[in-house]
Amino acid sequence: MKPTAEQYKKIYRAQMPKSKTGVDCLCAFTVGGMICMIGQVFLGLYSGIQGVDKDTAALLTSATLIALSALLTGFGVYDRISSFAGAGTLVPITGFANAVVSPALEFKSEGYVLGTGAKMFIIAGPVLVYGVAASVVAGLIWLLFL
Amino acid sequence: MNKRVGRSTIELASRPSILGYAAYVGKKEHMGPLGRFFENYDPDTTFGMDTWEKAESELQRRTFSLARQKAGLENDRIDISFAGDLLNQCIASGYSSRENGIPFAGLYGACSTMAESLALASAFVDAQFACVASAQTSSHFCTAERQFRFPLEYGGVRAPASQWTVTGSGCCFVGPHQDDKVSVERICFGRIRDLGVCDINNMGSAMAPAAADTLVQFFSDTGTCASDYSAVVTGDLGEVGSEILSRLCVMEGYEIPNHLDCGKMIFDPEKQKVKAGGSGCGCSASVLCGYLLPELERGRLTRILFMATGALMSPTSFQQGESIPGVAHLVVLAAPKNSRK
Repeated sequence: MKPTAEQYKKIYRAQMPKSKTGVDCLCAFTVGGMICMIGQVFLGLYSGIQGVDKDTAALLTSATLIALSALLTGFGVYDRISSFAGAGTLVPITGFANAVVSPALEFKSEGYVLGTGAKMFIIAGPVLVYGVAASVVAGLIWLLFL
Repeated sequence: MNKRVGRSTIELASRPSILGYAAYVGKKEHMGPLGRFFENYDPDTTFGMDTWEKAESELQRRTFSLARQKAGLENDRIDISFAGDLLNQCIASGYSSRENGIPFAGLYGACSTMAESLALASAFVDAQFACVASAQTSSHFCTAERQFRFPLEYGGVRAPASQWTVTGSGCCFVGPHQDDKVSVERICFGRIRDLGVCDINNMGSAMAPAAADTLVQFFSDTGTCASDYSAVVTGDLGEVGSEILSRLCVMEGYEIPNHLDCGKMIFDPEKQKVKAGGSGCGCSASVLCGYLLPELERGRLTRILFMATGALMSPTSFQQGESIPGVAHLVVLAAPKNSRK
């Protein structure tokens, strides 16, 4: 007897290996927390510099984390950490940097214009588009109702 | 003469032989459980080239040249070449065949291409459309990743049912029957089967119904069963698809206790972190040419069913929410007469 699509769904779902949610969460929490801790250290260092206010120090911290993530992506280390850390490396700003740098490197072979330039945002692009769109909507709500 | 047996099987009365063959793999495959059988490998996954696509073409070129040397053939004696790969417009095969001057028939059967090309090459030889025909395919982890998934350095997490594309190639030269070579006895082209699996990270589930369909069709056409063969070898169903294949075959009244899967054999899932196993055209191609054919020649296997499975989706169809059509083609390979125990 050949199964129907409906019957087959039950068969293959029963065979699907499950993710180890508990272990994955623990890894993500630990590595994600460590990235935040590194950020906190930089924030502390930058805040100690004379003439740097709180906002500038926060900005410098983000820039440093982005630069570090880009560098680790270039050295081929970031994806190795991610395979262990999962969302722990994906959610912080470092994940966003990795999402931009990895296609930029990958598509260099198609040239700087149609490769790196055009494909740099294939992963991060949707986040930017809908992030900007959501902020416009939030701005309108704030302007009209608050 | 009617050479068809049942609905889909073709009997190759002249029993074409595999005159020469070679497998060539990358570093990770060489480090896997079948590593000692892969004597031809390059620890440099770029194969000395400056892009991944050129690397895959070079991989095919090297494999072709090794197999040709083994068969003792010159290019002008090869009447037709059947080749394919996973890349858009099959560029790895097209570019690797640029200089060889052999009539070229490009194929796309996704990961089923090794069985498809071998079946076509054998049919051409049996029908005397060609004296010698080549069958070749390849896949490369880095080209497949960037075409079907994410950039290499992107820090995404692989799903538990996902498979690792093999960097490898296999090439066979098929010619008239010779008693001291492995021969092709029957071939069976499969139908497209699609039972609604849409998950690109679960190819084993998408392809298993096609594998079961071709296998059951072949058994019913020929009146044989799994125990008539030393092994039933599938291409790249992996851990998940292999389990499902067994269940589907049992539902249709066939047990396959001697089932092997190239995707499960080529990597150690735990040590090499490949989740559900290997995949790609190069998976079944390199296991066939690196392990199965030598085992047949040594007489450790007598007669096997080699069935490679392919998932015929593209990134476009996947993004449009289409389910994944699967296909599986089967080739019956028999050990040389003098080696059979």
